[in-house]
Parts: sequence; C-alpha cells; structure tokens
Amino acid sequence: MLAHNGIIILLTLLLALIASIIPMPLSVDAFRPDWVLVVLIYWCLALPSRVNVITAWVLGFILDVLLGSILGVHAAALAISVFIIAENFQKIRNFSIWQQSIIVGVVAALYHLLVFWIQRFLTDVVFLPSYLYPVITTIILWPWALFLLRKIRRHFQIK
Amino acid sequence: MSPIFKHGPSARHRLLLVLILSIFLIFFDHYISSFETTRGYLQSLVSPLQYLATAPKRMMTWTAENLTSRQDLIEQNQRYKVDELLLREQLMQLSMLEKENTRLRSLLASPVRKETRKMVAEVIAVDSDPYTHQVVINRGANDGVYEGQPVVDEKGIVGQIQNVGTISSRVILITDVTHAVPVRVSRNGIRMIANGTGHIDTLIHNFVPHSTDVRTGDVLVTSGLGGKYPEGYPVSTIIKINQDETRAFAQLYSKPVAEIDRLRYLLLLWTDEDNVSAKQSNVAEVELKDKDAEALEQQSTDTKKANQ
Repeated sequence: MLAHNGIIILLTLLLALIASIIPMPLSVDAFRPDWVLVVLIYWCLALPSRVNVITAWVLGFILDVLLGSILGVHAAALAISVFIIAENFQKIRNFSIWQQSIIVGVVAALYHLLVFWIQRFLTDVVFLPSYLYPVITTIILWPWALFLLRKIRRHFQIK
Repeated sequence: MSPIFKHGPSARHRLLLVLILSIFLIFFDHYISSFETTRGYLQSLVSPLQYLATAPKRMMTWTAENLTSRQDLIEQNQRYKVDELLLREQLMQLSMLEKENTRLRSLLASPVRKETRKMVAEVIAVDSDPYTHQVVINRGANDGVYEGQPVVDEKGIVGQIQNVGTISSRVILITDVTHAVPVRVSRNGIRMIANGTGHIDTLIHNFVPHSTDVRTGDVLVTSGLGGKYPEGYPVSTIIKINQDETRAFAQLYSKPVAEIDRLRYLLLLWTDEDNVSAKQSNVAEVELKDKDAEALEQQSTDTKKANQ
C-alpha cells in the first residue's frame, strides 16, 4: 500500500474522512457531499489494484465509529457501492466527465439508500427526501475532485 | 502492479467477505451490544481525527472571542452582574428551602437528598449522520465519566452518555429514535415516556389514554423512575395533542426544552455516587422501543421497562 507514494492515497482518504465530520451549520449540513465515497471512487477508477472493496469497507468502518452509527452499516454500504465501480472501472474510465458525474450520482444515491435501508431494518427511522440532498452536491463535486486528484496522482507519480 | 493481471481474490469474493463481516458486526453491535467496551477504545482511537476536524471551528470561535469590542464586553459584564444578583437572591431562597426540606424529610424519616457532583463539558463534534442524534464531548474516562450518565444544559435534559473514551465520549440525545426518557407532567404528576422521533425539535409520547389531563404548554420533567435521570429536570413542553377518537391512544408531541440544535457547554451529573459502578443496567433504557400497540395497560408497563 505504501510503495510508489501510496501514503498520498491514505492522506487523501484521511482528509475525506475529516471533511465528512467537520462541523457545519445545520442548513448546509444536509447538503454535505459524500467526500469519502468520491475519493474512493476516484482511486478505484485510477488504481483498482490498490484501492478496492476492502479499502472501502475499512473506511466505512472508521466512518461508522466517527458517526456513532451501528458498526458495519456504512462499511457495508460503501463496500457495495465501490464494488459496482470496481467491476466496471474500464467502462467508466472511458466515459466523458458528465457521464461519469451521473454515474457517481447514481452510486451515491444507492449508497444513501443502502444506509437508509439497513437503518430502517434495525431501527424505526423514517425516510425524508433531505437524505438524498448530498447526491446533488456529490454530482457537482465529482468533476472538481477528479481534476484535483488526477493532478495529485500525476504530481506524485502514484502507480 | 499492473491492473491487467489481477492478483489476490476477485472483487466478488472480497465483497462477499466484507458483507459477511458487516452482517456479523451489525448483529453483534445492534442485537447483542457486545461492542460497548470496544467502542470506547475505538472512540479514543479516532478522537484525534475529531479534534482535527473541529480545529478550524475552534480557531474561528477563538478569534471571535478575542476580537470582541470593549463596548460588547462591558455590556456583557453588566448583564452578567444583573443576572448574578438575581440568581444569588434565588440561591438564598433555595438554601433556606433546602434546609427546610431536609428538616421536614428527616421528620418524616424519608431519605435525605444528596448533593450531586457536576462537571462542565464542551461539545467537540456533532454527527453529520442524519439517522442518529449524538454529540461528542471533551470528557472521558479520565474525568470519571461513566456510561448512562445524565447530561443537561442550562435549560433542561439533553441526553445520556453512550460510549466513554479516554478523553472524549459520546452523548446520545433525547431526540434520537432509540432513546426514551421517563417523564411526568409537572402540573399534575401524570407519568409518560418521552420517545425520540429523529427530529431535532419533537418528542412523541405513546400509549397515553384520551382521558389523560394534558394540555398544550404543559412542562414535562424527569420522573426519576429510570434511576438514571435525576428527578425534576425539565425535558420538554407539550406542543400538540391529537385526540383522534378512532385511535386507541391520544397522540402527544412535545418540544425539548434544551436547545438541542445549538449545544455548546453541557453539564454532566453524577446522580448517585454509590451507583457509579453499576454500569450493567444502563443499556436497557436506550434500547427501549415500543414495537406495536399492546394492551391498554401499556403505559405503566412501559414505565417499568424504561426503569430497568
């Protein structure tokens, strides 16, 4: 994991984790993009041999601890979402940036629904449309994240 | 490291492996609660991340506090002085009443109420997860915090400690769907349960008969029956009563007195010094959840359940 500047991958993932728990005003908080998912998807598309389902699961587990949810909920949802990307990385790589954005949006929606379904199964939570607001910001975030992370990858020559 | 030649297990096997792992984790965490101590350690492990994440906010509040104008400070000082005067007057009354109460209680041979230990804590992180209502505070096992400890702010009950780390711990708020507080109406002493709804400004009261004497605006205080929350702290005020006779019970909604959405400083209470070691009984109340409408006598049984 650490060879060829792999530590940079870990650093970006760590920053994504921090970004997903940074305190925000309640009105903005509903629109918080899925930082961890976006960064994971990028690395999974770029270097599928280094970042895969297991990485996603471990990050999801840390997210569970950070968010105080039942252990395993975010882990499972992230793993399934990243699995879809990992299975189709060769196709998705060749799409245009807008098509990629839409795919990332769909995967983010799936991720949120998965988390909701598991929570619904375990406790009596009720669905609110606001649970899917992050999907919109995630779609907007994707091109920028792609641009920035690609720059990081080329600069540090991460292979 | 070429992605052309795959090595290691295939993505499908990996997914299967982690899904099985997740199911095990969810099962053991949710149904058996066997991760209570492990969560404490995990909480301590990730607390540097939380401190890092809140650093910008703390820096901003620090600058805001240091850049207040002289005029503001003078005004604030003036206000505090007036407040202190008023509070001190009340305190005099209170100490007199306390003595009287102790004397009367000793005359009646009932147990005298003990002074409780308190500690101020600061909120360092709020969850961004919409399904759980929890905050993280900057006190942990090093300060003697224990699981199930009641947490209040200057207005009323906020919640209780869920996991204890070494330097930080997690507070579950009364509005969380899995949380319930035994309460009574302060006007006439009717007992109820205040269940969280997952909305930051609403609590729901199940199994309250239509004939119950409750009005909007009634203040609900902790009944102390759970043995967890000390008696008499304000919890919420009734905001809506839906008396639809076609339903078996009245629907009561109340709004928490504490400002759950703008918590900053909290007060930890040590309810009973002798009881501190009795940690085992703490889980039941959090998990209290009404499954279906049961018998009519549910209210009282519910109270008992909550009191374990």
